[in-house]
Amino acid sequence: MNILEVNHLVKHFASQKAVDDISFSIAPGSIFGLLGPNGAGKTTLIRMITGIFFPDAGSISFDGRKFQPEEDIAQIGYMPEERGLYKKMKIGEQALYLAQLRGMSRADAMAAIKDWFVRLEMESWWNKKVEDLSKGMSQKLQFVTTVLHRPKLIILDEPFSGLDPVNANLIKDEIFRLAQEGATIIFSTHRMEQVEEICKQIVLVNKGKKVLDGTVDQVKQDFKEHLFAVGAAADAGQWQTPLFNVIGQKDQKAIIKLQDGVSNNEVLQYLIQQGVSIQSFNEILPSLNDIFIKIVEGTPTARKFDASL
Amino acid sequence: MNKTWLIIKREYLTRVSKKTFVLSTFLTPILLAGIIAAVIFMTVKNVQQEKIAVADKNGLLKEFLEPGEQLKFEFLPGADTSLLSKGYSAVLLAPGNGMNSTTERFEIYTRKNLSVITEGSIRRRLNDAIETRMVTQQGGMSKAAYDSIRSQAKEVGFDNKVLDGGSEVKAGNSGVAYAVGYGAGFLIYITLFLYGAMVMRGVMEEKTNRIAEVVVSSVKPKQLMLGKIIGIGAVGVTQFVLWVLLIVGLTSLIGLFVPAEVMEQVNAMNKGVPGAGMAVQANQATMAFAEAKHTLSSVNWWFIVGCFLFYFVFGYLFYAALFAAVGSAVNEDPQDAQSLMMPITMPIIFSIVIMMNAVTRPESALATWASIIPFSSPIVMMARLPFGVPGTVPYWQLALSMVSLVLGFLGTTWLSAKIYRTGILMYGKKVTLKEMWKWAFRKD
Repeated sequence: MNILEVNHLVKHFASQKAVDDISFSIAPGSIFGLLGPNGAGKTTLIRMITGIFFPDAGSISFDGRKFQPEEDIAQIGYMPEERGLYKKMKIGEQALYLAQLRGMSRADAMAAIKDWFVRLEMESWWNKKVEDLSKGMSQKLQFVTTVLHRPKLIILDEPFSGLDPVNANLIKDEIFRLAQEGATIIFSTHRMEQVEEICKQIVLVNKGKKVLDGTVDQVKQDFKEHLFAVGAAADAGQWQTPLFNVIGQKDQKAIIKLQDGVSNNEVLQYLIQQGVSIQSFNEILPSLNDIFIKIVEGTPTARKFDASL
Repeated sequence: MNKTWLIIKREYLTRVSKKTFVLSTFLTPILLAGIIAAVIFMTVKNVQQEKIAVADKNGLLKEFLEPGEQLKFEFLPGADTSLLSKGYSAVLLAPGNGMNSTTERFEIYTRKNLSVITEGSIRRRLNDAIETRMVTQQGGMSKAAYDSIRSQAKEVGFDNKVLDGGSEVKAGNSGVAYAVGYGAGFLIYITLFLYGAMVMRGVMEEKTNRIAEVVVSSVKPKQLMLGKIIGIGAVGVTQFVLWVLLIVGLTSLIGLFVPAEVMEQVNAMNKGVPGAGMAVQANQATMAFAEAKHTLSSVNWWFIVGCFLFYFVFGYLFYAALFAAVGSAVNEDPQDAQSLMMPITMPIIFSIVIMMNAVTRPESALATWASIIPFSSPIVMMARLPFGVPGTVPYWQLALSMVSLVLGFLGTTWLSAKIYRTGILMYGKKVTLKEMWKWAFRKD
């Protein structure tokens, strides 16, 4: 049973279709990447999943039932991209207030806050005000207030923006820990290197439409261009063969592109016949960043992909 | 626990525990009393002894011009303007030839402009002198007899008894009603702006702090808006109640400074004990004090305060929702707020103008309608109520006004909630009134 299923979701605004017929589903305990350029409709999509907006058409099911915003938002933790806290309110009180708004009792909230504050070394902050915190510190607090009520579904919109590498790692570890404990995480971003590191499954949206859906590995396989890096003590310029083209040289390695239908072994055979001493032979898979740019910029590949969908 | 209640509690507690709240609550009445006291003190102190030289060749004034506490007349034959440098503050020249000539006028020479009070005082005394002279010389009455008539005439007052439906008789007092109506209307006007702006600032703060979206993912935007409005309203009521208590406290302090026997006499007079009144008749101050106390007690304070609280609360709720809608549409730039606030501030300012008219003519059609329409009713109705219910304001008008204000509040809240819901999550775009209008009436 999927924790979240989104079926043919549509949301119009006066001038444009912000979300245009998007469907996907998320398995419990997974870390899910929701990707897309600015203005793709990610935030609108998330706002429908968190019950802030009602969809114009389509349905959302949460935990096997129809999504009921009133009750189900207690099971969801949402950290928006446009986020903030009350500047003049004391940090402890603020965390307590936000947890209570999520439906926690005062006592439960206190216990959870203490637990988190100890773990993230924030105990001394209780009586400070947000305006006295650095940006990184308030990001940490923001994260804690998002997950305090042990939500089943955690939605993080650009969670690492403004964080230094140390704190980003700290939060990343917490995300992994929460996923291990059974929470499902939707991670919305346009920073691809983080997605590659964290997410198993991704959906890419562009201009309100879903353009890509699958596991990170699968997507990379789908978009690979049969590029290989050959580490060899030889001059690659002398290789003349219908099997592949040499398209570059980088760090003592030759980059080759195999022709369609040519297997790795054929290439290796050819190289051995040439008397090349091979030190390494690796396939180069495209980075998500490359795939993202390719699709979003509307290259022919993306169109072909779109058509085959 | 109910989430709206949590929001109300936060909004209330964060504001009430602020230093500025405590200071403004306790200092405002003290400051106000201080200013009033200072103004009275300055006015009284400013009145100096004025010595005026009178040149009265024909004896037009000599026997008839009465000196006052601050005015002293000295009749000097052949007085001229040179006396101004010899300690006289003015020189009054009577007409040289009798009173019959219209071309001849009194002339007064001064170094600087006379104060309004001094000028009025001289004019009155001059008029009295001429009147006395005419009555005694042409009417053949002795000066003493005329003085006695005049002082008696001054003492006559009248009590205005308003007949309510033929059965009940109430003492009406238009002077007190005017003052109370004016004060109450003005107070509502100030509170609408004070607490309305507080709501707007609160909403703007939540939007610019970017906490709005965090909160509306837990509660409905309408709950957040209502929680804020009710929380700040409770702050307003708290502040108002504290002010009333402080003012009651301060006035009873004033009571301590009035000598005990004067208070006793005043009480005796109010009770109408025969004899007691006679004994103090000479004491002008006591008389005035007794009269003020009597008329103040003729106002139905409980009714007025009750109505005031009603119009205060619902007038606030009516406008606070609109202020919240504006706050939600404003981005970082507070300048935008100014232009978007226009449609809200205009009716409030119109109301105060109508109110100033209503206190002088509480039964006019303008005042009546303005006290029923919810945009102006909180201010204008409060100005009419002290003139008497059901004398000036029939029960049906009061009921209609209250019902339409409550309905109006539900209407503005419904409308504002729709604007608020969209506006609070809209960043970076400058919003126009036309767009807000669209949000309000978009169906979904």
